[in-house]
Amino acid sequence: MQPFTFRRPADLSEASALLAAEGAVALGGGMSLLPVLKQRLAAHAMLVDLSRLPPLQGISATDGVLYVGAGTTHADVAASPVVAGTIPALAALAGGIGDPQVRNRGTLGGVLANADPAADYPAAVLALGAEVVTDRRAIPADAFFRGLFLTALEPGEIITGVRFPVPAAAGYAKFRSPASRYAIVGVFVARGAGGVRVAVTGAASSVFRVPQMERALDAAFTRDALAGLTVPPEGLNGDIHAEPSFRAHLVGVMARRAVAAALA
Amino acid sequence: MLDNLPANPTGIGASILRKEDRRFLTGRGNYVADLKRPGMTFGVFVRSPHAHASLGAIDTEAARVVPGVLAVLTGADLAADEVGGIPCGWGITGRDGQPMKEPAHPALALGKVRYVGDAVAFVVAETAEAARQAADVVEVAYDVLPSVVNVLDAVRPDAPVLFDEAPGNLCCDWEMGDRAAVDAAFAGAAHVARLSLVNNRLVGNPMEPRAAVAEYDPAGDRTTLWTTSQFPHVVRLLMGNFVLKIPQHKLRVVAPDVGGGFGVKQFHYAEEAVVTWAARRLGRAVKWVCERSEGFISDAHGRDHVTEAEMALDETGKFLALRVSTLANMGGYLSTFGPNIPTNLYAPLLAGVYTTPAIHCEVKCVFTNTVPVDAYRGAGRPEATFVLERLVDVCAAELGMDRIAIRRRNMITADAYPYQTPVMVQYDSGDPVGCMDRALEIADWAGFPARREAAARRGVYRGIGISTYIEACGLAPSRIAIRLGARGGLYESAAIRVHPTGHVTALMGTHSHGQGHETTFAQIVSEKLGVPVENVDIVFGDTDRVQFGMGTYGSRSLVVGGTALSKAADKIILKGRKIAAHQMEAAIDDVVFEGGTFRVAGTDRTRSFEEISLSAYVPADFPLEILEPGLEEQAFYDPVNFTYPGGAHIAEVEIDRETGSVRLVSYVAVDDVGTVINPMIVAGQLHGGIVQGVGQALCENAAYDEGSGQLVAGSFMDYCMPRADMMPRMHVETHNTRCSHTDLGTKGCGEMGTIGSPAAVTNAIVNALSGLGITHVDMPASPNRIWRVMQTAQLPQAAE
Amino acid sequence: MDLMLEVNGQTVRASAPDETLLVDFLRDTLGLTGTHVGCDTSQCGACVVHVDGRAVKSCTMLAASADGSRVLTIEGLAATTGGNDLHPMQRAFHENHGLQCGFCTPGMVMTAVAYAADHAAPDEADVRAALEGNLCRCTGYQNIVASVIAGAAAMHAGKEA
Repeated sequence: MQPFTFRRPADLSEASALLAAEGAVALGGGMSLLPVLKQRLAAHAMLVDLSRLPPLQGISATDGVLYVGAGTTHADVAASPVVAGTIPALAALAGGIGDPQVRNRGTLGGVLANADPAADYPAAVLALGAEVVTDRRAIPADAFFRGLFLTALEPGEIITGVRFPVPAAAGYAKFRSPASRYAIVGVFVARGAGGVRVAVTGAASSVFRVPQMERALDAAFTRDALAGLTVPPEGLNGDIHAEPSFRAHLVGVMARRAVAAALA
Repeated sequence: MLDNLPANPTGIGASILRKEDRRFLTGRGNYVADLKRPGMTFGVFVRSPHAHASLGAIDTEAARVVPGVLAVLTGADLAADEVGGIPCGWGITGRDGQPMKEPAHPALALGKVRYVGDAVAFVVAETAEAARQAADVVEVAYDVLPSVVNVLDAVRPDAPVLFDEAPGNLCCDWEMGDRAAVDAAFAGAAHVARLSLVNNRLVGNPMEPRAAVAEYDPAGDRTTLWTTSQFPHVVRLLMGNFVLKIPQHKLRVVAPDVGGGFGVKQFHYAEEAVVTWAARRLGRAVKWVCERSEGFISDAHGRDHVTEAEMALDETGKFLALRVSTLANMGGYLSTFGPNIPTNLYAPLLAGVYTTPAIHCEVKCVFTNTVPVDAYRGAGRPEATFVLERLVDVCAAELGMDRIAIRRRNMITADAYPYQTPVMVQYDSGDPVGCMDRALEIADWAGFPARREAAARRGVYRGIGISTYIEACGLAPSRIAIRLGARGGLYESAAIRVHPTGHVTALMGTHSHGQGHETTFAQIVSEKLGVPVENVDIVFGDTDRVQFGMGTYGSRSLVVGGTALSKAADKIILKGRKIAAHQMEAAIDDVVFEGGTFRVAGTDRTRSFEEISLSAYVPADFPLEILEPGLEEQAFYDPVNFTYPGGAHIAEVEIDRETGSVRLVSYVAVDDVGTVINPMIVAGQLHGGIVQGVGQALCENAAYDEGSGQLVAGSFMDYCMPRADMMPRMHVETHNTRCSHTDLGTKGCGEMGTIGSPAAVTNAIVNALSGLGITHVDMPASPNRIWRVMQTAQLPQAAE
Repeated sequence: MDLMLEVNGQTVRASAPDETLLVDFLRDTLGLTGTHVGCDTSQCGACVVHVDGRAVKSCTMLAASADGSRVLTIEGLAATTGGNDLHPMQRAFHENHGLQCGFCTPGMVMTAVAYAADHAAPDEADVRAALEGNLCRCTGYQNIVASVIAGAAAMHAGKEA
């Protein structure tokens, strides 16, 4: 890796000040950032380690909202009785990210800030209609994801946590890349106060919702309600593991399996 | 020969635990990347990002001024130092009698680059990071040329040409077998079954990436190379003689603990020569450790065939003749064994376990803008087995015959050995029917229809497939190999040094990189000399310690090296008998050696092995007038034939109708490996080999982009390695017949899993989908591919 | 930066450039070469060590991030069971032929120990899933799975008594 300065701020204001500097970048669990640096695809002057910042820790549930600190590892989300008791689909999703060692390091905030098109969490955040809380504001999920590796975060803005409204039912189904274990297609389905939301990750340059499926599930929250429904292949990702038309097909299959998981 | 010995708890046939485990389990292994030498520097290669380009100026100025940089070396520097090209170890001959085209293979590119990853410069610096930074700023002027990565494209008249001396990108147009006899049989055949298939390109990916450290000692004019190699003596021979011109006695090559090979490490690589040359030039130790993604574009790849095959049959399903035509990818240059793999190690396997009387195989070896292709576990034999075993299933389907019945109808029976095939080889022993019957029984083949129905009720397709196969290994009889193009012998050597205390050090020319030689060879010594394995150490991998050797590949270590070891032990025993005869005042012929004791036959007069060992070094009572003191013997063994392990593998799969995902639900292997030295280790070899073959069948694919010539599957992010959750528990057992010509009756077992499994799994997949009218699926059977195949099949007569 | 951490029960004070990966710190600075590097995309698991009791891929963690932590590598594993002999998981790998070339072995064993710490009697499917982050090219995993099951049982033997 190209040389850089490592800093571990003691609190949020120090972190914010450090991240204001030219070339500074936030480091969570490092599971996305460090591979990029190792492959010399990017270089930064300073890495600001947020993983142990106290305000970014903690999982709690109050008044129908599950709060997960941005520094929480996937393993901790997967193992949390609070998560299991409120949004078990989220625990299951976290327990299926990467592999055990990745889950021990990777954090919710890190995943969201990176906005990898094949990451799992964005599907949950979008389908659950969550709010991404930062040191400056709360950003609704629908406004957070802006495209390939793009988010609404401003320079230096730090994700501190995510507020997930607890749904009546939710399910996640993922078709994994056999090689990388990232989602080729992942579909998160949630039935909440405002109706059903369906979010798809892995299939396109960014996570997206499928209004047609949402309407169908609003009418009847059953697997069969999605029969024959999928998305057009135009604009979907294609690679050696899945051509766009296969991904389009898988969106339908995974959506049905997500509903089945939500009903299980 | 061994039958009269008393049972030995650490001898042949005992599943003793491995002697080498402890250092690996405690982190005390000694791999090349672990090595530190005084004043060691670090090297990084600059590699071509283009598949095909004319090489212009290489501007090294910016790199040279990076702090810590010691040298930036290019092909021009190699040429100025008169460093030779990387040699090919085999020279095959075309059907027109002309030698193969063998273009120069400079260790750093000169004039042109021919694949993504072709090395163009080598940067040496005080630290690895400085070398990387400098490598980033080496400015290479490339004039990009059109490229070709696929063999079908490469032989088209308008294809880009890699080498002027190889028009049409043809390295060699080769054949084996009797074309006229095959043509005649086809002309009169009741039925002809045809199959076109692709054998997918693979990257071997031993878990330890390649690495090299070289050092020059001017005081003794001695050069040492530590390298991740399966055959250090051959590296010394090729690199010393042909590339760097270092006399053999001044060059030491060490292959210490090596983390898996599978063929990938049985070639002399350009990097070894460049690192050694740089160390001599700089007078400093130089270390290079390959990164995984660098390995993807610089380790020799495997497979990559496109094949047309036809079987002529009579109306009863008897095979009359087989015709095979294959395009084999050589990559951008010839690797050490490259042209030998799809020819001599391929065509002779097309007889399989069947009595097909006439076979003809033609192979065009083709240059493309890809990483050189060479042996990968199985090497030619998995490709041949896949062709044959898929084609047999197609024959059965077209004739409406049962897949087992057609095999049984054509199979060589146990009483037919030795069996001469129409493609050169003569099988000495085997029992394919016995292997098949046992596998059918364990796999409950008869009960499959019920399992298929049950699966159908769950909404999944279920299929079962079999592959009955044979391989030729134990490479190789030198006389035959040299006639076929080998530029060296393929014998093996072993030396046994009995210490005055009766402890034994055996020095082997083979190399262990996972196979457990430190245990297996010690068991052979234990069996032969009657000493416990704890008293035996096996040494290998160091040209300064071990006499000579051709190394480990082609399932040859136990077969060829083990026979050499057995013969060396026989010499020890003979000398021991002479000493004992002298001491016990008996005729030599009257002294027998049993269970570690020399005895005058029919008497209670004995000498222990330890006593004889001591007296060989303290020759107070010793026949010095007829015998030299000391107890150390060496044997070179050149095999008289290949060995022919084989067996029957049965796979059962379930396919998700919605996603096309294939789940392997059962795997049974019954193999004939000859005499088993250590059943535990044999099972381990089978397990690993099978999963590598399953990987080829289900997920591994070194895909190139046709337009850019980039390796798309260039890291573990895209190249799918089998994981633990991909496999069910395998059932592996042996059904052995003794090899007639190896001392111990062994046949070898290193590659058979990889040879038998791709066809078994693919046949199961095709069987699962047969209800859709599907007759073939290429590997790997990825979900996308299966889904596409199902889509196409389900469209009613769309193609009509 | 200056680091202070516990490695295999010993307090280590060392200085390393900020960008140093934990695996390089262990291998190059401390000479603990039992932890291996088998890939550059955080997938093979040859580099797995424990940081504060959790299995992590040391190729994808900065040494600086481990400042103040407890690190356990394959070299220190046996000592955690009090003796100089093999840890029960190491012994299980030996007895079940769970290793061949040995390169993936340290990472496999460290992953297995972390997993078995709270899985006393896992079934085969669970073990296969738990090994998702570790690649082996030699064994076909069959004997590794058997080793992990046996090792887990051995680690917990006597605990209920």
